[in-house]
Amino acid sequence: MTQMNQAMIEKYRSSFLKEVETNVEEGHWVKMCMQCGVCSGSCPLGPHWEHPPQEIFMMIRANKRDEVLKSSSMWFCTSCYNCIARCPRGLPITHIMHGLASYSKKLGLAPKSQPTESFGQIFWNSIASNGRVNELKIGLALQFKDGFGQGVKNAMAQKDLGMAMMKTKRMNPMEFFGGHTCKDKSGIARMLKKAQEVEDQHIANYGAGK
Amino acid sequence: MSEVIATNQTILVVGGGISGLTAALEAAECGKQVILLEKSPTVGGRVAQLYKYFPKLCFPTCGLEIQYRRLKANKNIRLLTLAEVTQVTGSEGDYDVTVALSPRYVTENCTACGDCEKAVAAEFDDEHNYGLKQRKGAYLPSMMAYPQRYVIDPRIIGTADAEAAKGACKAGAVDLDMQAQSLNLKVGAIIWATGWTPYDAAKIQPYGYDRFANVITNVEFERMLDPFGPTGGKIVRPSDGQAPSNIAFIQCAGSRDRNHLLHCSRICCMATLKQTNYVRENLGDAAKSTVYYIDIRAIDRIDDFHRKVKADANVSFTKSKVANIAENKANGNLVLHGVDTEGYNRYANEHDLVVLAVGMESTVPAGVFPEGFKINEHNFIELDPANGAIYGAGCSSDALDVNRAAQNATASALRAIQVINRVAGQEG
Repeated sequence: MTQMNQAMIEKYRSSFLKEVETNVEEGHWVKMCMQCGVCSGSCPLGPHWEHPPQEIFMMIRANKRDEVLKSSSMWFCTSCYNCIARCPRGLPITHIMHGLASYSKKLGLAPKSQPTESFGQIFWNSIASNGRVNELKIGLALQFKDGFGQGVKNAMAQKDLGMAMMKTKRMNPMEFFGGHTCKDKSGIARMLKKAQEVEDQHIANYGAGK
Repeated sequence: MSEVIATNQTILVVGGGISGLTAALEAAECGKQVILLEKSPTVGGRVAQLYKYFPKLCFPTCGLEIQYRRLKANKNIRLLTLAEVTQVTGSEGDYDVTVALSPRYVTENCTACGDCEKAVAAEFDDEHNYGLKQRKGAYLPSMMAYPQRYVIDPRIIGTADAEAAKGACKAGAVDLDMQAQSLNLKVGAIIWATGWTPYDAAKIQPYGYDRFANVITNVEFERMLDPFGPTGGKIVRPSDGQAPSNIAFIQCAGSRDRNHLLHCSRICCMATLKQTNYVRENLGDAAKSTVYYIDIRAIDRIDDFHRKVKADANVSFTKSKVANIAENKANGNLVLHGVDTEGYNRYANEHDLVVLAVGMESTVPAGVFPEGFKINEHNFIELDPANGAIYGAGCSSDALDVNRAAQNATASALRAIQVINRVAGQEG
């Protein structure tokens, strides 16, 4: 993916805004921001963002490519849609944040061990291999993502919750052995393979400097 | 009521605010026959509700008085108050207009002595003061009302109050049997100048205008300054009547916003700058003003005003659209939350009074005009050949300040005059 990153740097050398407009979902909206700040002020997780959305938009225009794409900020978005509801210019801010996050991941620039990013990957691995989400395995993978020792600590801390979930049949320990799948697992696999081909072609096109 | 004479060489002006008055006067002083309609019992419109206007900070009574004198002196204008247009059909030079006339219950014999007002007990929200004050069921709409004639509120008709008003009138001017009427006018050109209404601040949910006593609008703030207004000319917090010491002005409250009014209302920046001046005049160094803004749109000569306000140590500017307001229940203060654009600093600032600079909402009605009539996405009347000889004037054509509204109205009068000249030419 760093090859793609290199290709993008060369292609959009002087304009990160243009790069965002072309490659990021809903990225063409970024230039419409009038810097009023209502999105940042309305975000329930706002105080935890390194750069609130309004600042991200200005950084994109100011060509701060690395600072934006390597930032953990857009990974904080929980899709509450407060910003979209209030934005006076109607920018789909939530979608832009997700677009930026997935673009930075595609380029291999997403911050390492960012919990939202890790969760996304674990979720994807589960659903892509079985066509269904295996909640038990996702839970375990998330708890053990920072190593075995930390994982045991996490699991111990959550054990009451786990027991309660099993008691109320919200979690099935047998899921650990394979787990349930969808009806046409190979069909899902073929579909994802095709999607990957389309995506690879897309990336190859950029790599060729088109 | 004496008969209203209208022909297809008559210009109809709808709305008796500063734009309608100006358009009617300009046309009439050029010798054209004009009928001027006003929905409320008095002309003067929004301007009559202002304390002062910018940038010279003179009193509107002065500007209006000049117009009233011209109106009184001109035989070519027929003024009808309590008159509302319900339907317009026809085309250039040949319009049929249906007008609904509401009864005033007071005839031209009224001497404005005020005896009926004293005799009546029932009270209602005073429209002139945006409901911040009560008025009697028999009332003079404002000190500057023109015509200077009392009105009887239709809500007291049939009660003992109405009879008391009639009994108190020495001039025999109260006529409780007055009925609503419908008029059909034939006119050649129409100038539509029904102006604006302040945007309903309660719709801006995060600002809590409907929930917090000390969040008010700029038009209400304006009324506070009037010596005859709801607070006798004092700036006070509605919750406890105390003088505020730390006032926030929030710009673009409902303007430039897809969820509210899409257009820039143009006047609110200057209105706020002007109101910071009121704060300085009334409360001196005892009160600070903070203006929260996206950008201040003060152009040409009003930029000087902006610079002067910026030099005032008691006025500060925060470049940020406030995200939401919470109330401090202990003292009724308001906590403004947001992130500023100059440094992206998150703030939670406490103020003891918040003034929302609400925008202008056009009052151009739907379902009145002929088919195909062009009204733009902001509900302003377009200058478009499809509209024939119906011209928007003042704030029916765009969000304008008083100065520009008067210029715009004069332009619309010129357009209407040309239509009448064409009609007259054809008729020989």
